[in-house]
Amino acid sequence: MILPVPAELISQMALDLKAHLARRGITEPRYIGIRTGGIWVAQALLKALNSEAPLGTLDVSFYRDDFSQNGLHPQVRPSELPFEIEGQHLVLIDDVLMSGRTIRAALNELFDYGRPASVTLVSLLDLDAAELPIRPDVVGATLSLKPSERVKLSGPAPLTLELQDLAL
Amino acid sequence: MTPTDAKRPLQLNDQGQLRHFLSLDGLRRELLTEILDTADSFLEVGARAVKKVPLLRGKTVCNVFFENSTRTRTTFEMAAQRLSADVITLNVSTSSASKGETLLDTLRNLEAMAADMFVVRHGDSGAAHFIAEHVCPQVAIINGGDGRHAHPTQGMLDMLTIRRHKGGFENLSVAIVGDILHSRVARSNMIALKTLGCKDIRVIAPKTLLPIGIEQYGVKVYTDMTQGLKDVDVVIMLRLQRERMSGGLLPSEGEFYRLFGLTTARLAGAKPDCIVMHPGPINRGVEIESAVADGPHSVILNQVTYGIAVRMAVLSMTMSGQTAQRQFEQENAQ
Amino acid sequence: MKLSILGARVIDPTSQLDQVTDLHLEAGKIVAIGAAPAGFTPTQTIDAKGLVAAPGLVDLNVALREPGYSRKGTIASETRAAAAGGVTSLCCPPHTKPVLDTSAVAELILDRAREAGNCKVFPIGALSKGLDGEQLAELIALRDAGCVAFGNGLNSFTNTRTLCRALEYAATFDLTVIFHSQDRDLAEGGIAHDGAMAAFRGLPGIPETAETVALARDLLLVEQSGVRAHFSQLTSARGVALIAQAQARGLKVTADVALYQLILTDEALVDFSSVYHVQPPLRTRADRDGLREAVKSGVVQAISSHHQPHERDAKLAPFGATEPGMSSVEVLLPLAMTLVEDGLLDLPTLLSRLSAGPADALRLPAGKLAVGSAADLVLFDPAASTLVGEKWHSKGDNCPFLGHCLPGAVRYTLVDGRISYEG
Repeated sequence: MILPVPAELISQMALDLKAHLARRGITEPRYIGIRTGGIWVAQALLKALNSEAPLGTLDVSFYRDDFSQNGLHPQVRPSELPFEIEGQHLVLIDDVLMSGRTIRAALNELFDYGRPASVTLVSLLDLDAAELPIRPDVVGATLSLKPSERVKLSGPAPLTLELQDLAL
Repeated sequence: MTPTDAKRPLQLNDQGQLRHFLSLDGLRRELLTEILDTADSFLEVGARAVKKVPLLRGKTVCNVFFENSTRTRTTFEMAAQRLSADVITLNVSTSSASKGETLLDTLRNLEAMAADMFVVRHGDSGAAHFIAEHVCPQVAIINGGDGRHAHPTQGMLDMLTIRRHKGGFENLSVAIVGDILHSRVARSNMIALKTLGCKDIRVIAPKTLLPIGIEQYGVKVYTDMTQGLKDVDVVIMLRLQRERMSGGLLPSEGEFYRLFGLTTARLAGAKPDCIVMHPGPINRGVEIESAVADGPHSVILNQVTYGIAVRMAVLSMTMSGQTAQRQFEQENAQ
Repeated sequence: MKLSILGARVIDPTSQLDQVTDLHLEAGKIVAIGAAPAGFTPTQTIDAKGLVAAPGLVDLNVALREPGYSRKGTIASETRAAAAGGVTSLCCPPHTKPVLDTSAVAELILDRAREAGNCKVFPIGALSKGLDGEQLAELIALRDAGCVAFGNGLNSFTNTRTLCRALEYAATFDLTVIFHSQDRDLAEGGIAHDGAMAAFRGLPGIPETAETVALARDLLLVEQSGVRAHFSQLTSARGVALIAQAQARGLKVTADVALYQLILTDEALVDFSSVYHVQPPLRTRADRDGLREAVKSGVVQAISSHHQPHERDAKLAPFGATEPGMSSVEVLLPLAMTLVEDGLLDLPTLLSRLSAGPADALRLPAGKLAVGSAADLVLFDPAASTLVGEKWHSKGDNCPFLGHCLPGAVRYTLVDGRISYEG
């Protein structure tokens, strides 16, 4: 399987996002990246959009649904949202969409800050393995992996994708 | 007593994570730093509109206080509630316990109610250890203060206060002043400062209020306030209890204040950006001058905020360690 | 009953006998060492090859807990535990309920001990009524009922003059007084030795001076009154040094230490384990070394168990809320053998500290292995080992050595020529 090049995906995603926001009439979106990969993707995206907008960072460790199985993630960092959530149009950005649970956690966390007007989901990759009814509004590429395969994003620059096989 | 499990410290699981939080003694620097880092994240939660996270939803935290304490109890309650846990508080006065139920029976009854975690405060040193050893190992035990021995969450919140206001520990001069002999806060602070790399830890007190062998904590002893406070970055004042006068340890509060009270004049000998801390409740005019307690150097009120965040960190890390241990044991059983 | 014990290494510290030979017992006495008397046919023979035969151990401090504390122990159970530890004669302290300050209590104890038949019991009577340190007990009545010495335990006399008068009274009748020197005020509230370990653990401390201040005073009062004095349960190096000084200037005082004080230190308190909560407390390594030296040199001529069995509940609480005391008589011989293993004492000296030494201190008819003396013996295998707890007779399992493997194993304990314990 040949992995796509993130930089190429980002340019196309920037165009798609601009179109999506225009269709919805959203003029002042608030950008939020999910730690850690989502932040890198968001930074690259904002650069491609030539945007100076502030970027919020979200750490979803406290909202995950697997605390009873796996405990607390060892590297919790604070979330930093330098803007109001109430009544805003959010653009939530992540690197890899798999089961959808991270997005579920992110949404729960965001709603504890306030009630957004809307949330647009942007993801670099969609692995088409959703366990929840969550679909991205803007996606870079959709991949199909074998059950034992995982894909990992490294960054922040250059952004590179790596395929890992857990069976090996 | 069996000469077996002495190797693995009681409060850690097989992977070195917290499964109980009994004392700061024997915890690695990395673990203490992890607590502080996790607490930082919870501080951020406390600054939001909705100050809750769902981490401990469905878990029951039982505050079992054998010693009265409004402050510690309420901060633990708040911490547990902000983690979405169900909280029960039991105020067991020592005399009623000694009339009937033994400590162990009280706890076994609570255990039967399927609590996941006990926060215990007790007048006997070693009480938290005893409970952790004899109560079901799946119940996490958090020490809310045991006799004179330890108050580990207070120690950590004091460290968080220092880190947030001073950045680090290595190049700091920290003075702890007052009744060291009877203070579990002092003991926990001394251990934490040493582990986190502070090289100049001072205790300032009259001989009657200093425990024998205190130098073994790695601290310098001063009996003179002016010398002890010279160029310090942090002053931690301890509470002086009224009972100390009757034991012949001190002639009067007045004399103590004259010699060891933190006044504006005395504070002038410390560094200009020195911070003043106190575990509370403060005795104005006994260990500290009102003007200092309310003044620009004082971070006493911040300590309370940090206390909630630290306790949230400790509760979640310990619950997490319990979960990890259960998983580990299940995997190994197969 | 005629019994022959063949081929044991017979050690009698008093006569300095140390020889592989035979022993012959009849009617409760030793009738021959070596060849059997003419016409002697034993009804029972014990093949004691490889075993050591020594005078039965004499333990000066074994709490039998009866009357009054039956949850902790009974005369039957604790004397059986003592026999398992190699003890044939023991002294029980006056801390019973009611206190051993009347002849009735002394008689009850002696009756029950006789019934149980495990060891000879020599009660210590209370020096003051109710052990309250205020009024003198009826020492002569107690003596006549069987008390061999008198003491107040750790309970102080309220008033030094009262104490002095009690000593003078005892001196009048040549009675021995046993001292547990501890200054009540200095020790008040303390539960562990006042040193770095207790400081770290936040445990209220009992300073060394609690022992030495009281010792110094007590030694001077002994000198003034001329009373026969035995100092029991010393814990500090400074303390035994004071005893040595007093002995050097001619004062005839004797002393004992608890066996566990020769082995454990306050470092054992690291995990707040209540099994190490004892009074007087475990002190530092330096103190332990001082005590060991004093036992070696003979300044301390007796080692006792300081046996204090407890029911489980008494020890199942945070350290400060537990009752002090260790259940230790059952391991007296094997635990003491560690002192030989360590090279501190040779076997005859150890046996002296466990038999002749204690017997001499209180003038007890015990501790001797000679023709004509009572056949109170312990036969043990110095090459075997004891797994502590495999069999346990004491009602109290508050013993830190449970599960440990100790050197030596008691095979037979004999009292008046009758086997009271077979291991």
